[in-house]
Amino acid sequence: MELFGVWVAAFLTLCIYSFLYRDNPFYRFAEHLFLGVSVGYGIVLSIHDGLIPFAWNPFWKAVTEREPAGLLKLIPIAIGLMFFARLVPKHAWIIRYPFAILIGVGSGLAIPNVMDASIFRQLHGTLVPFAQIYAGKLGPFEIFGAILMFIGVIATLTYFFFSVEHRGVVGGISKVGIVFLMVGFGSAFGNTVMGRVSLLIQRVDFLVNDWIGNTIQSLPF
Amino acid sequence: MLERLMNIDRRIIFILVALAVIIPTFLKVSFPITVSEPTRQIYTHIDELPPDATVLMAFNYGPSSLAELEPMAAAVLRHCFKRGLRVIGLTLFPDGATLGDEVIKDIAEETGAVNGEDYVYLGYRPGRIQVLLGMGSSIESVFESDYADKPLREIPMMNAIKNYDHIDLVLDLASSSSPAWWITYTNTRYNQQIAAGVTGVMVSELYPYLQTKQLVGLMPGLLGAAEYEKLINAPEKGTAGMSVQSFVHLLIVALVIFGNIAFFIRRRKEQ
Repeated sequence: MELFGVWVAAFLTLCIYSFLYRDNPFYRFAEHLFLGVSVGYGIVLSIHDGLIPFAWNPFWKAVTEREPAGLLKLIPIAIGLMFFARLVPKHAWIIRYPFAILIGVGSGLAIPNVMDASIFRQLHGTLVPFAQIYAGKLGPFEIFGAILMFIGVIATLTYFFFSVEHRGVVGGISKVGIVFLMVGFGSAFGNTVMGRVSLLIQRVDFLVNDWIGNTIQSLPF
Repeated sequence: MLERLMNIDRRIIFILVALAVIIPTFLKVSFPITVSEPTRQIYTHIDELPPDATVLMAFNYGPSSLAELEPMAAAVLRHCFKRGLRVIGLTLFPDGATLGDEVIKDIAEETGAVNGEDYVYLGYRPGRIQVLLGMGSSIESVFESDYADKPLREIPMMNAIKNYDHIDLVLDLASSSSPAWWITYTNTRYNQQIAAGVTGVMVSELYPYLQTKQLVGLMPGLLGAAEYEKLINAPEKGTAGMSVQSFVHLLIVALVIFGNIAFFIRRRKEQ
């Protein structure tokens, strides 16, 4: 039975890779199957691990065991159900309320934390090495790295600063910013190639060892 | 001749790449692996944790990025279990639920780690950021039971682990933006130590967090797995994969150089 599963996986892998030659019904079959299974699996898991333990169970417990505190769960459940108002055009306006709550809570949670994590701490990280240089704590390579990083931050930000025309000094700095951006994109491209090749290696390893290897081993002669 | 090469059918490139993967797979060639500093930082951090410390591992990947992240997960789990550290596993994505369960069970069986005493696998809960924030006050408020539906209060290991105060390191094995969530909500709000092992596609965007020490370490794709396997002296899929990958990288570098030379020759001729 396990080998049958391996054969199914091998067949679907080959169906997907057949797209490299050209689009074909085998590829489309495997693609649609993957999408269908993924969505179905996600929905079932979300019901089993989300809806049932967090909404249905507490609500049912409140009803059957007469725990009025559990009935408070009805509030988030009702807010969640408001999303379905979209399906009835006459009452579609109701959806504004759950959206307003979602955006309000989401923004309230995100803005202070994102500001801190992605702006203040990054600024701090860019400037701290200069304090360390002043205190004589950094070696020549680290000093070079700190200066390079500072130039990179200023030049790249200048490139994205559109309120001033990119001419003269500003134009020169923004061109330096382009160089830093290109280095960043090159690094991202190299890592992306590595990632994609890793996926191919794993599939080839599966086809060679798990599929062909196990099939040969299971033969009676 | 040059024109013909410049207009080469892309399927020939695919065949060359396939051969560069298939032939070394049979030859079992190996290349030396140099450990990078960000991977070593994760290893050192885990290696210096006290024996009763707890590592929370988030298996935030699906089948499409399994090849890069599962070898990494296996290597870190081996290290944790051999050191006697307690491991809590979970995922914020439905695709990762079964994958996390499989890898944690396999490595536990290999190392003799016991479910409920040395590790707990909590599985999946929807909500993502709400899950991260909820665990800050109480893990049990988000995960009432483990993946096998056993209530957390009946699991001995979880008696002493209530929230982030009792977790020494979070390792996010991610194929999407989840490391940024851990940094933004768990590190910033709860001062929790975070490390990440991510796919090659994502690694560049996370280096700034490493420099600011918002991440204690960072493992890049299959290379990260191979480096970690070298550090724990247990070569597995990561090491084997990186050896094959070196051949493909050589081919791609050769193709990029050839493409550029041909491009400049043709441009000069046109001028």
